[in-house]
Amino acid sequence: MSQILSPQDAKLVERLRAGDEEAFMELIRSLNPSLLRVARMFVPTAALAEDVVQETWVAVLNGIDRFEGRSSLKTWIFRILTNTAKTRGERERRSVPFSSLDTEQGGFEPAVERSRFTGSGHWAVLPRAWPEDRLLAAETLSVLERAIERLPPSQRAVVTLRDVEGWTADEVRNALELSETNQRVLLHRGRAKVRRALEQYLSEEP
Amino acid sequence: MSIGLAHLNCRELVELVTAYLEGDLSYGERKRFDAHLAACDGCTTYVEQMRSTIALTGTLRVDDVSPEAEEALRHAFREWKAH
Repeated sequence: MSQILSPQDAKLVERLRAGDEEAFMELIRSLNPSLLRVARMFVPTAALAEDVVQETWVAVLNGIDRFEGRSSLKTWIFRILTNTAKTRGERERRSVPFSSLDTEQGGFEPAVERSRFTGSGHWAVLPRAWPEDRLLAAETLSVLERAIERLPPSQRAVVTLRDVEGWTADEVRNALELSETNQRVLLHRGRAKVRRALEQYLSEEP
Repeated sequence: MSIGLAHLNCRELVELVTAYLEGDLSYGERKRFDAHLAACDGCTTYVEQMRSTIALTGTLRVDDVSPEAEEALRHAFREWKAH
């Protein structure tokens, strides 16, 4: 195994190869939710995404002996997922990931509505500072959660992996096979929509 | 992603916020961005809101694996191990 593999990954791989069920369950608990979200970028329904993820885990088990450690375990698993999901997405002839990605990037989507700016590009209506106390209220968090749920699947996957789960830009790029620019554009558009939802909610009277 | 040399207006700035926060702007772009912020309350508030949005998103919980999914995967593991 080459040196790129972290000691934790190496250990996990060793345990999986030895048939350690708890090692497998640990891996599932840490990756399954992200796998589901990413799968949704490629297939049209949550049920299909679950199938794809299940198929991915079986492929991981069947392939673990051949895993060479040239990428992190996480990246390797996501590669299997995206391949499985793409095949399934094509079979379903419904949602094809990178064409939907293209659509998402197709037209320019301004981060802030045009009407907020004057003709010369300055704020017509200044953003108002958000009230600290309301920011931390449970209700605000559920507004935030719903805003993320409503994002197009690719933006939702990137925002969740980056901002909820704390992955680095490189980890996301590798796992989803995105260019640097695409990763940033999806993050930018997703975050901008989430900010708008919060602004809208926080500008209403409590 | 390049910005006109002299002017960076508010409408342009909001499109660069992610690149700015990611540390992806060039030295010159970053200087223009910071110079605009220093003179613009609206954009300062906007960048603050974006930081708050990211921080708040970071407090959300990662979903749990459903018991059904966990059971199905346990089963798949045992099948795999038996072969």
